[in-house]
Amino acid sequence: MNAAPNSGLMAESVKDAAVAALLAAVLGFFFFALRTDIGTGGLDLTYRWGLWFIAIAIVFGVRLLLNLFIFKAKKPITSGVSVSVPPALTTAVGRVIGPVLLMIALTLPFIVMAVYPERDRQFIDLAILIMTYVMLGWGLNIVVGLAGLLDLGYVAFYAVGAYSFALLAQYFDIGFWMALPLAGLLAAMWGIILGYPVLRLRGDYLAIVTLAFGEIIRVVLLNWYEFTGGPDGISGIPKPSFFGLDFSRTGGFADFFGLDYDSIHRFIYLYYIILVLALITNFVTLRLRKLPIGRAWEALREDEIACRSLGINTTNTKLTAFSIGAMFGGFAGSFFATRQGFISPESFTFLESAIILAIVVLGGLGSQIGVVIASVVMIGGIEILRNLGFLKEIFGPDFEPTQYRMLIFGLAMVLIMVWKPRGIISSRNPSAVYKERKKIGSDMVAQGEGH
Amino acid sequence: METAMKTPPAHTWDDNAVLSVEHLTMRFGGLVAVNDLSFNVGRGDITALIGPNGAGKTTVFNCVTGFYKPTEGRIVMRHGTGLQSEKIEALTRTGRQFNDDGDDRVFLLERMPDFEISKRAKVARTFQNIRLFGGMTALENLLVAQHNPLMLASSMTIGGILNLPSYRKARAEAIDFAAYWLEKTGLIHRADDPAADLPYGDQRRLEIARAMCTRPQLLCLDEPAAGLNPRESTELNQLLQYIRKDHGTSILLIEHDMGVVMEISDHVVVLDYGEKISDGDPDHVKNDPKVISAYLGVDEDEVAEVEEALDMPVIHGKTDPAENGEGGRS
Amino acid sequence: MEYFLQQLINGLTLGSIYGLIAIGYTMVYGIIGMINFAHGDIFMVGSFIALATFLALVALGISALPLILFITLLVSMLFTSAWGWTVERLAYRPLRGSFRLAPLITAIGMSIVLQNFVQITQGARVKPLPPQIQGGVTLMEGVTENGTIAVQLSYMQMIIIATTLALMIGFSLLISKTSLGRSQRACEQDQKMAALLGVNVDRTISLTFVMGAALAAVAGFMFLLLYGVIDFYIGFLAGVKAFTAAVLGGIGSLPGAMLGGLLIGLIEVFWSGYFSVEYKDVAAFSILVIVLIFMPSGLLGKPEVEKV
Repeated sequence: MNAAPNSGLMAESVKDAAVAALLAAVLGFFFFALRTDIGTGGLDLTYRWGLWFIAIAIVFGVRLLLNLFIFKAKKPITSGVSVSVPPALTTAVGRVIGPVLLMIALTLPFIVMAVYPERDRQFIDLAILIMTYVMLGWGLNIVVGLAGLLDLGYVAFYAVGAYSFALLAQYFDIGFWMALPLAGLLAAMWGIILGYPVLRLRGDYLAIVTLAFGEIIRVVLLNWYEFTGGPDGISGIPKPSFFGLDFSRTGGFADFFGLDYDSIHRFIYLYYIILVLALITNFVTLRLRKLPIGRAWEALREDEIACRSLGINTTNTKLTAFSIGAMFGGFAGSFFATRQGFISPESFTFLESAIILAIVVLGGLGSQIGVVIASVVMIGGIEILRNLGFLKEIFGPDFEPTQYRMLIFGLAMVLIMVWKPRGIISSRNPSAVYKERKKIGSDMVAQGEGH
Repeated sequence: METAMKTPPAHTWDDNAVLSVEHLTMRFGGLVAVNDLSFNVGRGDITALIGPNGAGKTTVFNCVTGFYKPTEGRIVMRHGTGLQSEKIEALTRTGRQFNDDGDDRVFLLERMPDFEISKRAKVARTFQNIRLFGGMTALENLLVAQHNPLMLASSMTIGGILNLPSYRKARAEAIDFAAYWLEKTGLIHRADDPAADLPYGDQRRLEIARAMCTRPQLLCLDEPAAGLNPRESTELNQLLQYIRKDHGTSILLIEHDMGVVMEISDHVVVLDYGEKISDGDPDHVKNDPKVISAYLGVDEDEVAEVEEALDMPVIHGKTDPAENGEGGRS
Repeated sequence: MEYFLQQLINGLTLGSIYGLIAIGYTMVYGIIGMINFAHGDIFMVGSFIALATFLALVALGISALPLILFITLLVSMLFTSAWGWTVERLAYRPLRGSFRLAPLITAIGMSIVLQNFVQITQGARVKPLPPQIQGGVTLMEGVTENGTIAVQLSYMQMIIIATTLALMIGFSLLISKTSLGRSQRACEQDQKMAALLGVNVDRTISLTFVMGAALAAVAGFMFLLLYGVIDFYIGFLAGVKAFTAAVLGGIGSLPGAMLGGLLIGLIEVFWSGYFSVEYKDVAAFSILVIVLIFMPSGLLGKPEVEKV
């Protein structure tokens, strides 16, 4: 009795896997089996049948296993994995997770130094990188998550912030702390200048125009050689000082506090700068959400026409969202410039905008914690690939795991989105409460521009 | 027949109009949706705009509330009593949108952008297909409606970020005002539920409550009774009566439900093919042969017979003559 | 004058390629309302397949160039279609009916995947292919102070413009006359209703992606022949330009996509010819922004009436 459905399942699974393998054979033929390379007399064609067969076999095997145990199985093994969590517990976790993450973030450099003293610099640097994306994500969350405006050119404001500081430092010798507010203001101003003509465009038109602006700014930075240094970029951007103290070998921070000089001090300092900047972004965003302006943003995302019928000036409301988002992008940009000490247009490509947007959407639109989780998973996860040296022992010395970083990044974007189309954290917290605070399910919440 | 032909007596809405639509024409390309329409909405009245589907009622609404710019015509909103004709003529010549006259201002709505009409001229509206902020709670919906005063109270956000006491006070008052309207519409127990979660009838009432939170002088309702059951319909009548009586808000509504229209309206304007075919109190309109023929799609001569046969218009709810008339129109 | 004519011809050639890619964007947008960000990379995949096929055919010893070109065109269309189909099946179909940012993110993800997949399997270095079709006709010659200047219409350009024209006509007929085209238009209007009336929505959408990919493959092959250099990154810029073209022409409109493509090609070539090569992309994007501000639904798009 039991054998019959099982053999049916087996046959079905094998058939399906065979189809998948055939497809893989077709798709992979020109990429695995054939390879073009520059040879002596032009292009050479090399054949790699082995690789092709391996790829087909892997697809067949993986698909078969997936079929047998998940897709077609009566009781998928994943059903055991996703334990149903009681709602009380999730709300409890939701309440605790913010403070816990904050505690970890505040003490992170010291935890790292205690646990991984030999690689602390590398880990703190990674934490700085992740925190930068958290801040960018939070900034973009105002535009995309709250106001529902699809911005594919957010990197433009990041670039404006970075170049503002770099140029101010280069031409006027202005330090980081002086330049930071100026960079934010300039980015916000650019947000208004770019936003004003285009914010009446809807959804995808807005997306393509913001993308175009991002590209325009990058191309200008690339070609205005006399002013921006073009592709060579700007180097020698000053490091931030600690109340006038530099992090130099003598006469700086370490001497003043009677510490032994250690370059890690500067990393820790940078970490706390970006942490504070990010927390300010978060604080302001959370505050704004509970103010009339933030509620108007969310209302705009839900229904623009209704907003207008209630006397809300939608153009101004959009502009504030756009420019406040831009301002935080500008802050993050000048931090990026001071951290790197060198910037060039290469750092501000569309890919960067795409990554920030992905973080916002994967985290769950409008969710602040979601942005943190998505940044840690996507940016941190990718950086881990740099440290998989042991794979070389398996696949041979030519194997370079870092070249698979972006491939895996892209696949992760697709998989997470298919798994959770609304993002990791998708419920909405009401901005005002009469009696009882209730979470709002994502199926109710509009995503903007949907009318 | 003869009584209907007589010139109607002078009406209060012609002497004390809160809104005057004058020679309104709206064309979409070659299509004339509204043609040279004029009517008055009396202060403190409930005025109904009726007509078969496609008669141009919603277009009139969209012109009044600024969502469409009329091709021709003038739409006057008065905050002070009386017709104030001289003031309006003077304002029309200046090219300005409204005059600065304290509480007695007049507004030329056709010159104003939509959000200003709600904000300054104090005209609020609801929509035929409900437009609530579905992902926001009922309370939040009503707070969004108080955006402009709250924005001022938060000193354009700066005071709000600093959480100044003056803002906290304004916020508490706004929540109280919202709670008041939730109470009045019987939705207070759903205050913290997302609007999209409410049943249809509640959503209709919430939309009215939201419009009232803008503290309008004129409330425009686009088919408020559509899809309501008889009990909800009665409750709606009571709500509208209350709004008119206790808040002095004038109401202009589009409605197909003749029960609602005849019961609560003081004044009925009938449109057909973008033109006004009748204008008067409910009794006048009810007996106007033009109206009957427009609704039933028959010649005026045959109206008497049909009227007898149907004993109209007394039908309530889904089977009203307007619904029957739809087939021929759409 | 001669210079102008020459630039016009060059612009039309480049514009044809953009137009072919833009059709893919516009068809997909029309039917499921999403920006298929990976489409530019499908074009890139198409050009790589064409390159490998071309080399393989030469290696097999086939010497008749027209035959090689024809087979290469067919093979690259076929195999690229498979890629288009797979991308839709894996990354978009599971999200159909979901909220609209989700497929946009998977599309960007797919774009990153395709680029890196090609980079890893085929290497990051550029692939140069020497010009295969040489010669042309001289349309006119003029004398300027710098010497004579000839207006050339190369055979390559003729092939590109003619192929594009033929495909354009073919596709217009396909959309307007066949049942597939009717299903497509029905799905554009209302997918649920179309399904209720017996239209196989999944199949129609898949075929839309297949057709878009096939056209992108043609564009990829033309690009390879025209420029003689491809790499894994060409898809991004070409894709953005083509999408710009689709929006410029009015997204959802087939003739609009072609018109937009030609315009973008012309703007780019003329800007490079008369002003500066560096800012040609800025010029194209600026025109887009300006057109959208004054004509929010593009040149040939249906004006959107705001429903209240």
